[in-house]
Amino acid sequence: MKSTADVVIIGGGVNGTSVAYNLAVRGCRRVVLFEKGSLASGSTGRCGAGVRMQWGTRTNCRLAKESIERFETLGEELGFDGDIEFKQGGYLMPAYHERQWEQFEQNVALQHTLGIPSRLATPDEAVEIVPHLNPEGLLGATFCPKDGHANPFKTVQAYAEAAARLGVDIRKFTEVTGITRANARLKAVLLSSGDEVETPVVVNTAGPYSQLVGHLAGVELPVHSERHQILVTEPVAPLQGPMVMSFAHGLYCQQTPHGSFVMGVGDPHEPKGFDTGHSWSFLEAVAAKVTQLMPILREVRVVRQWSGLYNMTQDAQPILGEVPEFPGFFQAIGFSGHGFMLAPITGVLLAEMILGQETSLDVSMLSLDRFARGELIREPSVV
Amino acid sequence: MPEQSQAKTDTIICRCEDITAEEVRDLIVRGYQTPDEIKRLSRCGMGQCQGRTCRLLLVQEIAAATGRGVRDIPVSTFRPPTKPVKLGLLAKAWAEREGDEGQ
Repeated sequence: MKSTADVVIIGGGVNGTSVAYNLAVRGCRRVVLFEKGSLASGSTGRCGAGVRMQWGTRTNCRLAKESIERFETLGEELGFDGDIEFKQGGYLMPAYHERQWEQFEQNVALQHTLGIPSRLATPDEAVEIVPHLNPEGLLGATFCPKDGHANPFKTVQAYAEAAARLGVDIRKFTEVTGITRANARLKAVLLSSGDEVETPVVVNTAGPYSQLVGHLAGVELPVHSERHQILVTEPVAPLQGPMVMSFAHGLYCQQTPHGSFVMGVGDPHEPKGFDTGHSWSFLEAVAAKVTQLMPILREVRVVRQWSGLYNMTQDAQPILGEVPEFPGFFQAIGFSGHGFMLAPITGVLLAEMILGQETSLDVSMLSLDRFARGELIREPSVV
Repeated sequence: MPEQSQAKTDTIICRCEDITAEEVRDLIVRGYQTPDEIKRLSRCGMGQCQGRTCRLLLVQEIAAATGRGVRDIPVSTFRPPTKPVKLGLLAKAWAEREGDEGQ
């Protein structure tokens, strides 16, 4: 069966549903979103759920600040009848090495030029913010009270239900198997059902599978996916307001509003690929690190471990915009582990680009051709 | 023969997270009709026992509401640990394996 659309979005995670909503609310009609599984079943629903303004590049700082300011009123904006569980308990980032501290001083100076209310904290001040933090070897920390947490499942539900009310056709459990072109322009997407949808615009928001969507269109995208493991504990009484993120330990750890702790450790030896399995050594490694950093957590029980995929770029910053040699094929990919927190602004920017409007922020430096030009500024602050 | 639900509206389906049959049915009506979707939106099956009690009850609710067979409803992924384990115990195992204090 053949049908037509003005925009087809591939991928029903937080960025896909954010783009869908932002197109619809700007008056774009006939938007169709295809998701091969259920909504938020890829990277969004597996992520650590943290949101932070404390980044090390100007671009990531600006995107994150804009996004968090939107998170503050997102539930109301979307008319959501639930709760996206947005809390701003801050992020505390302890430093244990001189080089880390110097990087943090630079980061905070940069953040201040952009109006981000982060600050440097002495070891005593850091322990005041998180009393159960082990002060041993601590040189200092940075803290931003605007950073925090939101529930990824509820956020996607809020975006998707708002988009659907505005007329977006959201098709779960529907896989796109082909993207065709005619005269160097987009023609249609093909579905696993055999159906075909003619469209002048396709948006790739397929997260860790974005490069596979690129292949459907014959486009080689400079991203790869890698597994990151994560665990959750039983809920306990409120103990920790901020996320604690230590680059020395490669660890992040946050208590969610529900009371459970969510934590993960990055593994520099993780191979590229699509594995979303789990390993017992991860449980032991994260336990060893987190109980050294915050000994009180020794008594808290792990109830589940899982994993998800980061879609990485060389500079750990996303790719936003149209493929130059393939008009109509837009990318919002390569979020490198921070796609959830950047989704509110990403949806706005992509909708503006697609509708030919001036973008709210200049993100020309995030175009796909920066890799060919070699104009890369690497984000230093990723776990 | 189609599945029939035995639960009243206020019957607890997930006792770790206090999720009632009514909450589950509300999500099913809103179009969330797989165990994974309902789990992620309501926390049904996300607690201490990781769904060992509610998994089948949830599948039965979905089957009763949608007319699908229980066998056609995919259950959520099983993940370790099988029982809750203290972080301190896991850290000790790491230290013993590494032969030092761990890192």
